[in-house]
Amino acid sequence: MYRVGVDVGGTNTDAVVLEGKSVLAGVKASTTEDVTSGVLEALEKVIAASGIDRAKIAAVMIGTTHFTNAVIERRHMDEVAAIRLGLPSGAGLPPMVDWPDDLRDIVGNHGYQVKGGYEFDGRVLSPLDEDAIVRIAGDVRAKGLKAAAVTCVFSGINDAMERRTKEILQEQCPGLPVVMSKDIGRHGLLARESAAIMNASLLSLADRTVTAFGKALTAAGITCPFYITQNDGTLMAADVVRSFPVLTFASGPTNSMRGAAFLTGIKDAVVVDVGGTTSDVGSLSHGFPRQASTTVDIGGVRTNFRMPDVFSIGLGGGSLVVNTDSGVTVGPKSVGYRVRTDAICFGGATLTATDIAVASNKADVGDRALVAKLDQTLVAAAMLKINQMLEACVERSRISSTPVPVIAVGGGSILMPDRIGDLEVIRPENFAVANAVGAAIAQISGETDRVFSLIDGRTRETALAEAEAEAREKAVAAGALVETLEVIEREDMPLAYLPGNATRIHVKVVGEMGAHHG
Amino acid sequence: MAEARKLKYDEADLRTLTVEDLDALEIGAGILGTGGGGNPYQGKLLALQAMKEGYEMKILATDRIEGDALCMSIGGIGAPVVGVERLREGREGLRCLRAMEDLIRAPIDAMVCEEIGGANAINPLVTAALGGLPMLDCDGMGRAFPEMQMTTFSIYGHSSTPSVMCDLHGNAVIFSHAVSEVWHERMARACVVAQGGGAMLATAPMQAHYVHQYGIPKSYTKAIALGEAVIRARKAQEDPIAAVCALEGGRRIFNGKISDLKRHLRGGFSVGDIELTGFDDCTGQSAGVAIQNEFLIFRRNGEVEVTVPDLIVLLDVDTGYPITTEMLRYGQRVAVVAIPCHDLLRSARALEVVGPAAFGYPEIAFSPLPALAQTAA
Repeated sequence: MYRVGVDVGGTNTDAVVLEGKSVLAGVKASTTEDVTSGVLEALEKVIAASGIDRAKIAAVMIGTTHFTNAVIERRHMDEVAAIRLGLPSGAGLPPMVDWPDDLRDIVGNHGYQVKGGYEFDGRVLSPLDEDAIVRIAGDVRAKGLKAAAVTCVFSGINDAMERRTKEILQEQCPGLPVVMSKDIGRHGLLARESAAIMNASLLSLADRTVTAFGKALTAAGITCPFYITQNDGTLMAADVVRSFPVLTFASGPTNSMRGAAFLTGIKDAVVVDVGGTTSDVGSLSHGFPRQASTTVDIGGVRTNFRMPDVFSIGLGGGSLVVNTDSGVTVGPKSVGYRVRTDAICFGGATLTATDIAVASNKADVGDRALVAKLDQTLVAAAMLKINQMLEACVERSRISSTPVPVIAVGGGSILMPDRIGDLEVIRPENFAVANAVGAAIAQISGETDRVFSLIDGRTRETALAEAEAEAREKAVAAGALVETLEVIEREDMPLAYLPGNATRIHVKVVGEMGAHHG
Repeated sequence: MAEARKLKYDEADLRTLTVEDLDALEIGAGILGTGGGGNPYQGKLLALQAMKEGYEMKILATDRIEGDALCMSIGGIGAPVVGVERLREGREGLRCLRAMEDLIRAPIDAMVCEEIGGANAINPLVTAALGGLPMLDCDGMGRAFPEMQMTTFSIYGHSSTPSVMCDLHGNAVIFSHAVSEVWHERMARACVVAQGGGAMLATAPMQAHYVHQYGIPKSYTKAIALGEAVIRARKAQEDPIAAVCALEGGRRIFNGKISDLKRHLRGGFSVGDIELTGFDDCTGQSAGVAIQNEFLIFRRNGEVEVTVPDLIVLLDVDTGYPITTEMLRYGQRVAVVAIPCHDLLRSARALEVVGPAAFGYPEIAFSPLPALAQTAA
């Protein structure tokens, strides 16, 4: 049986076919406005290139930056109700308080605050004001809002008020999609609430997009289930994405790093993805990207999704090389995707990082004769500068002083030297479609992240066990094979500045997908 | 409320803060937080909301108010982890102010800051704005410290009780007397758990002449200037770290990459050690920084070089932004900047409370960073 991975990016749609651990074929097509035709073209191309029987495809995994791009470009977002349960807490900081004005306007700025919520130890902060929810429902009908997002203080400890609010809203407004924050985000009210609101406003786009993916598969005669990759490199059933589009926000860099790990068989490494304008650098640990510990900005909004800790620098194949009074500079300006026409080695007139790589015999693209006349001191100085930039960002991404290899992927990785400091550089085959490979190999996960009160005989150890059981349950419900589950993250953090009676626990488990036989 | 109150200062001496000042203060308070003090982000959001509603934040020099004016300090207390989920209501500080005025049967004339480092730089500004009072341009630490008794106000003899503690529900608790500052701290911690893990606490008012004598002067103007220097240097693509040093008589004592990092919680506080491997002019050297919520001790090649209460600040080598202890990670490239603390923190009396021995390093004597007359340019 085969697995097909598809990466739907802003410019290209890539596809690969995997059989076990080997990549049978990898192709690129252009992303189209309707999504369907681009995916269909990529699927047809990759099936032809690999020569497989399409009836033997066990599963299709799709990675997409569609929803992230919608927020960044402020497109396809609906007006929604943003309801917070927690008064009197947070009275001075209404929903969307720290959003950029234009984005707040696009989702309509319909923020509501009502009484409700819990304390950190599970006590009720305020009883839920059900009459207020009924009044909000009337407002939702009057304004014709498309969806609602409900966020309750400490819903990670008790989700009863979020569920009750959803129930009332749907009684009053039949068919209204209601997003509960406990399903989306983690501890940290403003960031979780923002994620829930963005999710609600992307629901109709998610519905259209998943339908478009389904259409492409049907048109290609593929009948197996399909999945979409989420931020942590694991899969969601396609229908789940109709309800949770924001969980795909960081799947792009995750897939490229996981793909790099798979293509090389290396589980601990620094991955450098060199594109035309920027390079993204991150660390792999046990085959998964290291996660960022701080908040991550999406389209100007603070969120607390678990996202890979990726560091970007303005260096790519198309970066401009300029000789100034104070030395040679490389980037951040770039000719981008026009490198194949504008760079000197391709007959253009702009000196780019690619020309420097060709002139120093590091790469063999374009016409070497065209760069033969370049000043050798300039070439040497630019090459040194490129190496220094790459070395600095690789150093920054290392997890420990133990030497690990550096994996170079992406079209611009010809710039990479053979060694960076004391580290060896590896360039796998199929480096240009690492994203689609990452999608093809994604696994299924389950996660718990909330505060546990250590009362009524519950100890730190029993709380950890409870958290793990919850995470396993979620993974199995999402389609993982129970015998393949393993814990990949486990941390607990006693609440600082308080006598020790509560602790925040985060556990994540992953496993292989169950529906292997199609 | 309507009766005219006799002002103990001239309104012409007030400086009204702008949105840009708040942005700069967020960075400057982070630098003076020396790794701790909590994140000023939520406080800044509350301040911006207050400004949008027409409230003004005003700063007043400590020598521009009558000596018998009553000044009250206020700060947040509780677990930051709770604070990011259960947001403040926003008027806890104002309720502390009113409850204190009721208790002492006298109006408060101005607000004072306990701790300019971190979140508590902005919290009292919001209370001052809502209460229509000026904020005195000083604080009780000149940096961040983990406990209430570590302010210069307490060190030089002011008793912080009677105090008032208000939560978001509307509860107000009065501590009429504590036999020591440590007892006060202990009782307040127990109370904050019952209140749900976060509250605001206002300590006994002081007269302005005492604040002028024992407060660390010009804290707000300094913190704002520090933040402005970083923002300006970044815009001009100049070195923000040099700009920070030039302002505060500080020096860049180490350039290094974090090569080891140990952290754990002890008694509710974050404790740990960082090891740095030098680069640039520090290539071949190693350094260590000991953490207890804040950065406490700096060692070069094993030798103690800078200790608390002098300020040890870690800045991101590229951006100049301050790095707090929660943000530390392996491989980060940091500049270590040492800034001499104010003389009020260097007396024998102060060192008993905020010197190395007070943090569990009895073997280390405080050797003050010499004041820098001129950086060797």
